[in-house]
Amino acid sequence: MQKRYVSIWFRQLLADWQVLRRPELSGLPFVFVLPDHGRMLVTAVSPAALEMGIEIGMRAADAKAICPGLEVLDDKPGRAEKLLSGIGEWCIRYAPIVALDSFSLDGLLLDISGCAHLWGGEREYLKDIVSRLKSKGYVVRLAIADTPGAAWAVARFGKLTPLIKEGEHINALQTLPPEALRPEQITLDKLRKLGFYQIRSFMNMPRSVLRRRFGEDFLLRLAQALGTENEVLSPIKLPVLFSERLPCLEPVRTRKAIEIAIEKMLMALCKQLQAEGKGLRSGVLTCYRLDGQVLSVSIGTSGANHSVSHLFKLFQLKIDQIRPGLGIELFVLEAPKVDPVEVPQEEMWTSTPGLDDKSLLQLIDRVSGKVGPEVIRRYVPATRYWPERSINRARSIREKPIEQWNIDRPRPTELLQHPVAVEVMALIPDHPPRFFIYQGQRHLVVKADGPERIEREWWLDEGEHRDYYQVEDEKGCRYWIYRSGHYGLQKRHRWFLHGFFA
Amino acid sequence: MWQGVKPQSAAESERIGLGEIEAAFPNGIFPRKAIHEFVSTSPEHSAASDGFIGALLSILMENGAACVWVSTSRRLFPASLGAFNVEADRIIFMDAASEKDVLWITEEALKCEGLAAVVSELGSLSLIESRRLQLTVEQSGVTGFILRKDANKTASNVATARWQITPLPSGNEEGMPGLGFPRWQVELLKVRSGSPGSWMMQWSGDRFEEFVLEQKKIIAWPDEDRKVV
Repeated sequence: MQKRYVSIWFRQLLADWQVLRRPELSGLPFVFVLPDHGRMLVTAVSPAALEMGIEIGMRAADAKAICPGLEVLDDKPGRAEKLLSGIGEWCIRYAPIVALDSFSLDGLLLDISGCAHLWGGEREYLKDIVSRLKSKGYVVRLAIADTPGAAWAVARFGKLTPLIKEGEHINALQTLPPEALRPEQITLDKLRKLGFYQIRSFMNMPRSVLRRRFGEDFLLRLAQALGTENEVLSPIKLPVLFSERLPCLEPVRTRKAIEIAIEKMLMALCKQLQAEGKGLRSGVLTCYRLDGQVLSVSIGTSGANHSVSHLFKLFQLKIDQIRPGLGIELFVLEAPKVDPVEVPQEEMWTSTPGLDDKSLLQLIDRVSGKVGPEVIRRYVPATRYWPERSINRARSIREKPIEQWNIDRPRPTELLQHPVAVEVMALIPDHPPRFFIYQGQRHLVVKADGPERIEREWWLDEGEHRDYYQVEDEKGCRYWIYRSGHYGLQKRHRWFLHGFFA
Repeated sequence: MWQGVKPQSAAESERIGLGEIEAAFPNGIFPRKAIHEFVSTSPEHSAASDGFIGALLSILMENGAACVWVSTSRRLFPASLGAFNVEADRIIFMDAASEKDVLWITEEALKCEGLAAVVSELGSLSLIESRRLQLTVEQSGVTGFILRKDANKTASNVATARWQITPLPSGNEEGMPGLGFPRWQVELLKVRSGSPGSWMMQWSGDRFEEFVLEQKKIIAWPDEDRKVV
């Protein structure tokens, strides 16, 4: 399908906005100023002031001299941008992809491919936008063309028609001045100096010639306007493919009512997902309250899922976090992340349960929804000897261990996170302890195995190796004890208790 | 008969490999749809309980099912479970911050029919809490193990069995140095409609073995006499 773009140009965005706030300024000359290098520069001009010859970039003092009754207002950096993105969000009603005009920050670019017919054609579409914005108090110029660049050019410099038909944009650009291509000021000066007053006079020149004189950037702008190069718009709000809205006739306050709303929206959403073979991975429920507050709660699933009952249970755990206040008037349920769902083959006989058991996956979703995903841990063996690092956290429920769990080396059933220092009596050089004192209690070693020397991973941390002994005291309790490093004459050797065997 | 207890027939469930101990349960079968409570007082004893449960899990998880281990301060070292024939990657650990969360997760996990067992480390378990868990277990058929590491806080609850596992000197063959197979004094302090008792068990790498010294069954094994073994 042919792409179509709309460029909306707000001729006096800040001035219009100021008049909306202070209607008494309507028709009066006023300017916005910002400090710049120790002087005040004009950043926005009202139509009345423009007529008097005041321009953007002029000094405030000069402007006042030209027009004695001039009202000078303080601007704020980023105000135009904020205002534009607000209007841009409103414009999402016309097209899903709305982008700020990043070149001049005084307009919007809309990707309207496949949208205009809903308003009965492009002419009606344009009329609707213009009249609606005008009724709000904004003076705009619009153009529709095949490329964002051409639409931008025609909106600002076009003299004949704002509606450029499909494939006609190159013709429409011919007579426009080079400013319409969004070049930089230096390039523009060069073009003027060389006598290029219309795009057609250099449009068909060899690229190598243009590149040598005006640079790569200018060529890109030209190609973007002509449509040989793609221009990517960065939308203000990414359109969410799967979403449901539920406006309420009466504001909703009770838990039961919220539950009904969620269930209703989930049913519609899951039907939509099911039809496309997709499953929800994360869901966001946004509640618009009567007093203007917006609340949102989100859920996540460990695997793509489109079962209403399961998703409903996940949302049910979150209802406590929603404070309805005076009442909620609009619910929006979105699925920002969806994945293709794996439909398991129905089995005639009950299969053997395992890690991919459905009820287990649902349990994991519920626990991570209520308590948090960080509490859920699964371990796979790692190819390392250092006890603390001999297990790895599995990244997902589907991760299979690469190798077998080790069974030839004894490892304690309970491992202390931090080894506890113990006092030991042992024969040198490497006999197991005769006795050790742990928590003030003396344990006489009856049986012992070892030592098992485990070297420290020197590329990770420095320190002594460990010589581990498995010891059993006279009561039958079994411990894992190690000596840190070798015996030495000077230094005190240190012993630690690191775990308990079953 | 107690309310909610359905006798299992010998045909429908397999033996768990506990030998003589199974005879202590009603009908001589280890109850799978039940809550088993393990009490311990010291870390050495709780390690023994962990080991004993690990050995039971190896049989319960034989069909490939997964297990959930819930706790607030877990010390179980997954790499050690290989000694009990358990593939630790099939255990999902949930390390919650509070006892309340542990209870909630335990109840939710016990509802999952696809699980082999749920092990939950709790400080205390009240009558009402245990009753809820028992009712859930009867619905789903998942075996629940409650590991109470603080046995001093005793409260009556409706667990089907209360166990106490204490370590015994390991068994190695005559004249061999070092440590042998782990041995435990397995005490059934309470069994609903069964007969409590005390046994000495050894885990021989792949199965339980009852080992005999002088007497086969000793009730109330005094602590001081243990060094006779």
